[in-house]
Amino acid sequence: MANQPYDEMYLGERAARSHYLRYAQWFRDQPQERLAQKRAEADALFHRVGITFAVYGQEEGAERLIPFDIVPRVLPREEWIRLEQGLKQRVRALNAFIHDIYHDQQILKAGVIPAEQILCNSQYRPEMQGVDVPGDIYAHIAGIDIVRDDAGEFRVLEDNLRVPSGVSYMLENRKMMMRLFPELFSGHRVAPVDHYPEVLLDNLRSVAPTGVADPTVVLLTAGAHNSAYFEHAFLAQQMGVELVEGQDLFVRDEAVFMRTTQGPQRIDVIYRRIDDDFMDPLVFRPDSMLGVPGLLTAYRAGHITIANAIGTGVADDKSIYPYVPEMIRFYLGQSPAIANVHTWLLRRKEDRDYVLAHLPELVVKEVHGAGGYGMLIGPAATLAEIELFRRQIIAAPDRYIAQPTLALSTCPTFVDQGLAPRHIDLRPFVLSGRDVTIVPGGLTRVALRDGSLVVNSSQGGGTKDTWVLET
Amino acid sequence: MLSRTADHLYWMSRYIERAESLARLVDAHYQMSLLPHSGETLAQSLSSTMRALHMDEAYRKRHETIEPGAVFEFVSLNRDYSGSIFSCLRSARENARAVRGSLTSELWETLNATWLELRPLAARRSPAADIGSFVEWVKERSHLTRGVIVGTMMHDEAFHFTRIGTFLERADSTARILTAHQSDLVPGAAAGVVPDPFAWSVLLRALSAFEIYRRVYRDVITPSKVAQLLILRDDMPRSLLRCCKEVYQNLKSVTNEQSAETERRAGEMHAMLHFTRMEAITAGGLPRFLEEFLARVRDLGDRIASDFLLPPAEV
Repeated sequence: MANQPYDEMYLGERAARSHYLRYAQWFRDQPQERLAQKRAEADALFHRVGITFAVYGQEEGAERLIPFDIVPRVLPREEWIRLEQGLKQRVRALNAFIHDIYHDQQILKAGVIPAEQILCNSQYRPEMQGVDVPGDIYAHIAGIDIVRDDAGEFRVLEDNLRVPSGVSYMLENRKMMMRLFPELFSGHRVAPVDHYPEVLLDNLRSVAPTGVADPTVVLLTAGAHNSAYFEHAFLAQQMGVELVEGQDLFVRDEAVFMRTTQGPQRIDVIYRRIDDDFMDPLVFRPDSMLGVPGLLTAYRAGHITIANAIGTGVADDKSIYPYVPEMIRFYLGQSPAIANVHTWLLRRKEDRDYVLAHLPELVVKEVHGAGGYGMLIGPAATLAEIELFRRQIIAAPDRYIAQPTLALSTCPTFVDQGLAPRHIDLRPFVLSGRDVTIVPGGLTRVALRDGSLVVNSSQGGGTKDTWVLET
Repeated sequence: MLSRTADHLYWMSRYIERAESLARLVDAHYQMSLLPHSGETLAQSLSSTMRALHMDEAYRKRHETIEPGAVFEFVSLNRDYSGSIFSCLRSARENARAVRGSLTSELWETLNATWLELRPLAARRSPAADIGSFVEWVKERSHLTRGVIVGTMMHDEAFHFTRIGTFLERADSTARILTAHQSDLVPGAAAGVVPDPFAWSVLLRALSAFEIYRRVYRDVITPSKVAQLLILRDDMPRSLLRCCKEVYQNLKSVTNEQSAETERRAGEMHAMLHFTRMEAITAGGLPRFLEEFLARVRDLGDRIASDFLLPPAEV
């Protein structure tokens, strides 16, 4: 069972950790009413600017805010340096893995990962076999979810290599904090994050098809009704690229064009924010209205770069996750700088027997689940829920993994009663192009309900500004 | 720029302009309803205006008689009727949201704030007494939006499509308001019958032309001068000539390989209004003139859509 969680700010009763000292001092001096008023101001501003996400199945124009907490999550410089190094290592290995899987499959031949687990995975795309992509990079944008356990150690909880989202909140949260509490930024040396769009654009341009001197980049969205639409529009605007929908694009002679008021215009790089399944109705889901017919042909011919590449899902599947430390050893010959969370694969009989006997204390996740759906948190579940999962696991063990219930670290959070500890995680965004780069920090998500471990925004989670201190 | 982006910008500004035109009409009739003895003229004016705007059918599905309070409510705040001010502002905001990355932050925030303020206003189910302040608010938001467009957008293609939307909609709207009052505008009325002062004031106020009329003519109001002002004055911001001039000029700035014929037609409309005289229009009959004008506006709209906004799929 979970021990006492690690508190990010306090060492014990009222004694702040050294990197939080100055903030804690400042916080003590603030009248409660001022903070409450600042929080209300933040909400009003987010609404006005329209930093919202669409709620499916509700009245048009009904958009919700992702709650923003005014207490920052602070990381000292040394911790960040270690984290950064581990993240770069992990993403390098993951890119090497995807390249290998779609080429020689050495890791399968070496028996490090059972071949059927890759080749029978629904996220494996045979269409990508033998296709070369610029720089051998597949996961150009990776969101790696990091948690801190009760011993204070960072662990990777999950890799997101398909269309990770949330970076716009990282940027907007910082803007909001600087607007609400400028005095805090003169007292702390907080590493800036606002160059992210520039780094992203530079990365995307660096992976354009060979021979294109001045590549045209576009951002492909599913449209204004998609829940992450704000982020799509925001990033396109910040990078100064066109925000396109599938209907704006077409393929002619294995090249991709967008329809403009001045006629067709050739494009070279697509930063896509829709899933593989919807990209090309001729190859994947034939009923998809979001994609571009013929896109895969142009892609396989090397005339367009898609970021992230098609088929990255084979590496971020929860049943592949346990093998990532092995990948780091196999491809880089290094030992992993950030550990995984212990994971039981329910397809293995001995793992399954253990898990079925300990369901009330474990977390069970669906292999392809995301957004906090399809998940059992044993300690918080009712008997009926546990029995339901037991039957599902027995019926289809391949579809599930289990992990111990982690005591995610907590960070003080401003709630109606004042400061209270709430569980948090961290999603840094790792960009791969000419090099691997990370804007310091990432998006800190916080489970706002007392005791809750679920930080997903679709499940009542909020966000915090994340500070990496430079000194 | 993306065709779809141009399309959303064009419709965004059309809807804002339409909301403003409706607000002006409601305002003019509302002011009239406050005057004593206006009953019959008011009902007549409302009924011909609703016909000219093709709103009468939808209205009659909900109400049996033309009752000013019900009409104001219907035109202003009905959520289910796609032609209401409420729906126009919602559509403007939806179009803006679809291309918010192409708007300046100021413009997006202006449109978003309009929508955020509108929802509680509409939910309060404003009693008739509030209608006056509601349409004032709509006009102010429209003025503000237009100001933010001109003041913050780069004057590039996106801007020109936005302007085309504004002026094509305004041309359509002015022509419809004139259609609703065409019987007051025939010169015969000036010869013998004293024109109804209420009808004039509605017409002129709805087009922000009341004060301008006084300044330009320093004279009593006569039908032919009213028509002259609203159709042929180049310096009158809502006249047909002015609108056509703006459409033509903005269209010339976005020209592409297939738009020559559309430009020619816009230029022809402008030239015709520029060089004609009021006598020539009335000789052929004002109703026929307005009908033809509206058909040409519609044709231009269709042609702009197929040349720029929704180009047919590539073969």
